[in-house]
Formats: sequence, structure tokens, C-alpha cells
Amino acid sequence: MAEPLLDIKNLCIAYDTRAGDVPAVIDFNLTLAAGETVGLVGESGCGKTTVAMAVMRYLGRNGRVTAGSIRFQGRDLLAASEADLRRLRGSAISMVYQEPMAALNPSMRIGEQLAEVPMFHEGATHSEALDRARSMLADVHLPDPGRVIQAYPHQLSGGQQQRIVIAMALLSNPQLLLLDEPTTALDVTVEAGIVDLIGEIGRKYGTGMLYISHNLGLIRETCERVCVMYSGRAVEVAPIHELFDAPRHPYTRGLFDCIPLPTTDRFSRPLRPIEGQLPLPQERPEGCAFAPRCSHAQAGQCDRPDLAMEPAGHDHTVRCARWREVGEALQEDIAVADATVTGPSVLKVENLRKHYVITETPLMVRGGEVRTVKANEGLNFEAFEGETVAIVGESGCGKSTFARVLTGLEQATEGTIEFHGDEIGDTPVHERPPEQVRDLQMVFQNPFDTLNPSQSVGSQISRVIRKFGKEKDRGRVRERMLEMLDLVQLPRAFASRLPRQLSGGQKQRVAIARAFAGDPSTVVADEPVSALDVSVAAAITRLLLDIQKRNRTTLLFISHDLSLVRYLADRVIVMYLGQIMEQGTVEQVFNPPYHPYTEALLSAVPVADTKIHKRRILLDGAPPSPLDAPTGCPFASRCPHKVGLVCETTQPPRRDVGGHSIACHISLDDLRDAEPVFSELAVAAE
Amino acid sequence: MLILILRRIGNMLLIMLAVSLVLFLLLEINGDAVAAKVLGAFSTDEQRRLWLAANGYDDPLYTRYFRWLSGFLTGNLGESITFQAPVAEVLWPRLQNTIVLGALTMAVVIPLSLTLGVIAGMRESSVTDRVISIGSVLTTSVPEFATAVFLSAIFVFLLGWLPGTSAMINGFDPVQLILPVAVLVIYDFGYVTRMTRASMAEVMTTNYIRTAILKGLPFRRVITRHALRNALIAPFTVIMLQINWLLSGVIVVEFFFGYKGFGSLLLEASLNQDIFVIEACTMIAVFVAVTTQTLADIGYGFLNPRIRFQ
Repeated sequence: MAEPLLDIKNLCIAYDTRAGDVPAVIDFNLTLAAGETVGLVGESGCGKTTVAMAVMRYLGRNGRVTAGSIRFQGRDLLAASEADLRRLRGSAISMVYQEPMAALNPSMRIGEQLAEVPMFHEGATHSEALDRARSMLADVHLPDPGRVIQAYPHQLSGGQQQRIVIAMALLSNPQLLLLDEPTTALDVTVEAGIVDLIGEIGRKYGTGMLYISHNLGLIRETCERVCVMYSGRAVEVAPIHELFDAPRHPYTRGLFDCIPLPTTDRFSRPLRPIEGQLPLPQERPEGCAFAPRCSHAQAGQCDRPDLAMEPAGHDHTVRCARWREVGEALQEDIAVADATVTGPSVLKVENLRKHYVITETPLMVRGGEVRTVKANEGLNFEAFEGETVAIVGESGCGKSTFARVLTGLEQATEGTIEFHGDEIGDTPVHERPPEQVRDLQMVFQNPFDTLNPSQSVGSQISRVIRKFGKEKDRGRVRERMLEMLDLVQLPRAFASRLPRQLSGGQKQRVAIARAFAGDPSTVVADEPVSALDVSVAAAITRLLLDIQKRNRTTLLFISHDLSLVRYLADRVIVMYLGQIMEQGTVEQVFNPPYHPYTEALLSAVPVADTKIHKRRILLDGAPPSPLDAPTGCPFASRCPHKVGLVCETTQPPRRDVGGHSIACHISLDDLRDAEPVFSELAVAAE
Repeated sequence: MLILILRRIGNMLLIMLAVSLVLFLLLEINGDAVAAKVLGAFSTDEQRRLWLAANGYDDPLYTRYFRWLSGFLTGNLGESITFQAPVAEVLWPRLQNTIVLGALTMAVVIPLSLTLGVIAGMRESSVTDRVISIGSVLTTSVPEFATAVFLSAIFVFLLGWLPGTSAMINGFDPVQLILPVAVLVIYDFGYVTRMTRASMAEVMTTNYIRTAILKGLPFRRVITRHALRNALIAPFTVIMLQINWLLSGVIVVEFFFGYKGFGSLLLEASLNQDIFVIEACTMIAVFVAVTTQTLADIGYGFLNPRIRFQ
């Protein structure tokens, strides 16, 4: 067998901290052949980025390799001198980073940043280097490279920035490309484009790639082999189909059970969150680190300190003492959710508009140009008691603006919001009667910022209970506060803790307890799990649904994650550029007839299931700016099914059938002819 | 960018106008008090009334304000009581002297503290960084009057190398400037150094510096092309504030060395209640403060493309 491109053997990495050496990566092995793409999966803190940084020999001041070797094309990277490293970095090995905005120098033009690579690695002249940069930008499908070269990073969108980072990495024609969560901060349709580009690079340049991600769906779409990491160790390595079809390690299975698929819902495939949480590096148990969370763990077997990777099939290794016994035995079945029974109408939005007026007045003189941002344009929908209505769309589609108007943080420009029969669209939150505020609560996206850092968990929940007059008596308030902690499945002892002593998932539980403390009839959840790890997200999702069912709460669930929406929503509203493109029940929206935008959105969802075939539709370009919103259909500029001029000039008609409404110039009959985006692969007779 | 500059300058004029109004209301609204200061404590009521009538203090307030303001704009700043001369004649030479002192100080402080700050921040918590950081904290914590005494003791009395006063009695003598400049530099450079160091250290931890290093660039290139420009944004503002500080901060040093500058003039005027000199000095101090801030804003726009291209 030819020498592998990258060969990592028994790698151990530790960080010096005040508490002593903390091992971040333990006994890690991985080989990568030339031109191969290997995925590295795991939740945050499992050490996957540390591995990539070690390959780059960039572990920061306090990180250090304590044992093992990293060989690149046979050369020992750990023994390389600074000068050797400089020649390798950005040339033979290059990297694509998680946040493209932060990875680019804000005060340097794109062209200069790109040109450095050929200038320093190949001694190209400045103008040669710029020419190379320009042609590479065309290769990563950036329109108008001439303009981009002159631009500063902040003048470009997130997707464009990531294409530039990729172009920068490719300029020297590397043999190995390390990709560290390259699409995490991007919208789904943009993500789909980047994933496509990465696949194209692999085919065109034969680059070996190490693709780090927490998203199994993305791994499936990009990689040939996968390595699953847990708490610093590799727990399972297998070819992609092996791993997806026959995962051996309980943690790998746990991960699959945590992620919603765009083809299944809470009835057909309820999520099974993994119990417990990731151990801190200094508190790792002896033996299998996953044992405390594993339902198959057995004393005497799983706490052996010499647990090694064992072969479990062709090219398939697993680090589990009981993988043979665990075999097909599934965890006990989890309660399947009941179908939603909806009650009377709670919320009625009619023709809601929210415009922001931007007046440009040079020199503080009147009469400047007035421009309008149409953040919400003519929203119409209704929500009923006990129902989950999901609002989906990419960033900038106006879904958060709508939440702000609904909760009274901002006022509607036009139209009405009827909440239990009262008009609230025009009333700021501090003018609303307390019952109304209590009745309409919110859970926010980032649990790290929404809790007051200097108040204990208990006092933050108690305050809500007192403030909304649920209870007055001190003892009763405390009693109810503890009940709320029970409800969100946190130990009662957490009442006296401060937010910084909690993990992200625990914080989000507190935020949910706080939102539900006043017994609201309606809760708006704005991307409540998108900042959390998959196993935590699954637990929070289940919790939210359980509480909602019990209290018959109306849940407005704002999300960009269509798999999750499919999982938990009863009805879906698809927004684009401030307008509703399609709405209906989950069944209606996720099956033909689709609105062309919904179809593209669905097609962009990464699916972590090898049995599902996905029809690919790639969207060109970016959504137009809401500042100069088009007069016709907002999606016309990117629509793959555009009929003609009529799309650009005339607002599309709303076509309604049985509660399903699509705003499109194409007739429902024609839309119905669309093939489903997802289809089960026929099990071929092999 | 042009619009930004014009807007800033417009702002600056507005602020100046507002300050002038406040100053006028504070110092000039009570004509009797002005007369008392000009004519002295032992003047009679009759004398004061005559002086007030002769100098137009019986006119309505707004007439007086506009006359006062136009006096300022045309350089007619009134008569100094202590010097028995027009304020403008007293003020300009003093101001020029302070500008010389300030410019020399800045000419040393800016390159010195930027270099030290960048070297210290480049490799955080290295030995070089520790030495520079501790040194700059030490020098900044010693007040100017103490440094002045200390330096005089060594260079004037012990070694006898430098003159102890800087009155420039026999015309301009650069040697007499060495000690005042040294005192100001020692006091000021530490602060700017620490600001530069903090800014540089922060830039060195950013992801784009990581990108630059992992691009395989030589360390020198990473510093000069990627780190410096971003790291200099914060110190630039600080330096602009230092210019403002120098104008009044020199009082102690000018007084100590008997240097005939703006600071010592301000001190004398305050002690003698020389009202028109105080007014003129205040307006100049405000002008310098507002101008440096405007320059800081405009310069900031040049350094930071995110502001330049909104």
C-alpha cells in the first residue's frame, strides 16, 4: 500500500492549565490517503479542532503534543523546524476556518490577502499573484472577481467570505486541506453551495481533506470515511456507509438518534436524547469515557483502562468493550408523542407590515433620500391553542423582526395582530397589561446572553412568578420556582447557582423555565436549540414539546432548521425577504406541490441517512437586499422555475387549497408535478 | 468619506459655538463682577458704573454676546489686566512656546511608545513584554513634579550638565528644553505604551492573525502587514487625547522650569483673575480639544475600512 498522505499515530495532546495538564486528545490514530476525504465528527469539546491544529502545529502557547507522531507524506511534522513549517503551512497543507469573517483581516483588501500565498510560497510577483487570485476566485464560483479583489471583507456576505477563505487555501494547490466546521455559521442554501464546492475541489484537484463537523448530514454528503470522537478519543472509525448503516459504538448510535431527519416526524421517529453530559477533561472516568451515559455500560468491562480500538468489520474499528453484545439490541422505546388537538384561535395576524425607514441626510440637512427596509410585508396567518407553528427562512427573511413586533419590542407599521381578541400590534411591551405580557413569553436563541450573570437561577425564575402575580406569598413563590426546575428536569439545588456555573443546555432549560413560569398561553421560541450540541438540542427539543403538550401552549417556533421543523411543527410558514411564500401543515409543505423556494430549501438540508435520496437544487446568488426589494415575486431573482417577466413585475397570486397556500405565478397543478425532494432509495438487489 | 469629514467639521463648529455661549453666560452675564475684576477691588461703584457704560455692558444680552463673539473671531480678545497689553499680544508668543514644547514631546512619545507597545504586545507575557509593561507602569505612576525634582537633582545640581530653568532669557536655547521635554515624555510614554501593548496583544489573538500564520507567512510579515494596522487604531485615539492633555498638563512643568508657555500663562491669569486672558485661554483649550477629536475621528476612518465604506 502506498504511503498515506497523513498518518497520525497514538497522538496525545495536553493543555497546560492552572489545574495542571489537561489531556485534550488521547491516543488518537488516523490515516488519510491522497485524495481521500475523511470526516471528524463529535460534539463540542471532543478534541476535533485540536487534532486539526496539531496537524498545523499550531496549538497555542499552552497546548503541546505529549506523545505520538504526525506524519505528512512520510515526514515527521512534530520534528519540523519553524522554517519547514512555514513552507508547509498554506502551501502543502492549508486550512479553512469556521468563521470566515473573523478569519479574514478586516483592514486589508481581499486581493492582497490572497496574493500573499503565491508571493511567499512561489515567489510570484505582485501582479502575477493577483492574476492567480483572480482566476482562483472564478474557480470557487465568485461572481465578478475583479470587484471582489478590491473589496474589504466586511463588504461581502458570509458565503462569499467563506469562498474566499477556500480560494486562499487552494491557491497553493495543497495536498491536504483541513476544513474546520466550514459551514456552521452559514444559511442552508449557502451551505449547500459551499458543500458542493468542496466536493468539486476533491474531484478536480485530488486534494486530501479532513472535514471537521458536528453535523452528520454534512459528513455524509462530503466524506468517504468517518472518525467519531468522544471526549478526546476516537470511538469509531468506518467507511461512510458502514457507519451510517451499521453504527457499532453506542455513542455513534446515540448521535443518530438525536438528530431529526427532514423525512420523519415526532410520531414516526421520536428523538432519543443521550442521558447526562460530556465529562470535563479532568473528570474523565477510567476506561470508556462514554460509560456513565451509556445504557449498556457494565462495571468490570467498560471501566477497563486499556480499552483499545477493535476491528468490527472491513476497515471498521470501534472502541467499545461490548460492541458485540450491544449488537442489535435497541434502547427501550420512548413514548411516542400524541397527535396535536388544537383549540380555539389564539393569535391572528392580518396584513402585518413592518418597515424601517432609513433617512440618509448628508451634512444634517433635510431632504435626504428616504429608503425603506421592508422587513415584514403583508403577513397573514393564524395560530391555535396547543399548536406548534414553525416560521422558517434564511437569515434576513424577517422572522426575528416578526417576533419582535409580536412581543411588543417594536411596533407594526401596518396591519393587526389579534391576541386573544385584543389588538397588540401597536402596543409596546411596557404599555401592555401584565396579563398580556405574561401570556406571551419568549425563549431566545443564545442561552449564554439571556440570563442575568449576577443573579441566581432561583431568583430569576421567582422574579417572573412574583412579577406576573402568579403567587405572592414568599413560600409559595419558592415552591413554584422549584416546581419549574422539576419541570425542566434540573436538580432543585440549581436554584442557588449562578448562570456561569451552568452548561449551555442547562442555561437553556432555565430560560425555558423562566418563560413558562408565568403560565403563558403562547411562547415564541427564536432558534432555541441552534446554539447547542446535537445531543443537548435533542433533549431541549423534547422538553419544550413535553411542556407545551402539558400546558396546551401555543408555540411559535422560529427556525432555519427544516429537519427540526418537520419534527416538531404542526404547521409551517416559509418566509423569504419579509413575505410568506408558503404556508400549510407540515405534510403539505414538505410534499409537492412545493413553492420553488421551499423546494430549494428542502434540497439544501443535509440528510444523515444513506437510505434517503435527495434531489439537488442549487440556488445562485444571494437574496436581494430588503432595501431595494423587487416589485414582483421576491424570489424571482434566484428562482430556478422562473416563468418570465411576470415574476419580476407582478406580485404572485396566493393559491389556496385546503389551508395550504403558495404564493407563485406557476399554477398549483404544475407545481404538483414536481418530484418529491426526498425519496427512499429502492433497496437494490445486491 | 468627504461627507464624513464635512459632517465632523460641522459638528466641531457647533460644539465650539455652544461652549462659547456657556462661557459667555458664566463669566460675562454679571457685568458688575467683570467691572470689579477689571478695575480692582478698591474701585468705587461710580467708577464701575462708568466703566460698564463705556464698554457697552448696558446693551441687551444678545447684542453683548454677538459683539463678544465677533471680537473673538477677529482676534480682538480684550485687554489683559496684569500685562497691561492686548490679550492677543500676550497669548500668541506663549502659545507658540507651548506648541514647540508639546511637538517635541510628541515627537519622542509617539515613536517610542508605539515601538515599545508593539514589541511588548507581539509576544504576550514574554520577558520583553514583562520588562516593558512594568517599566511603563512605573514611569507613569510617578507624577511630573516628582520627576522634575528628581531629574533636576541629577542633571542640574549633581552633574551640572543642564540648566535648571528654561526661561529663555537670552533668546531661544534648545538645551533649556531638554529637561521639560524629558519630564513630559517620562510621564506620558508609559500610558500610550500600555494602550498600544493591549491593542497589539488583542490583535495577536484574533483569528485573522492565525490565518496569516497558517498561510505560511514569515512572522515579520504577519506583524507588519496584518497586525500593525489593526493594532494602531486604538492608540491613535489615545495619542489624539494626549495632545489635548499636553495643553493644560504642561502647567506643572512650565511653572517648575519657569518656561514662558501657555500653561504658566493660564496659571498667572487664574491667580490674578485676569478675566479676558482666562476667556481666551479657555476658548483655545476647547478649540484644541475639539480639533484633536475631529482629527481622531477622521483618522480613524482612514485606518478602519469598516468605517470608510459603510
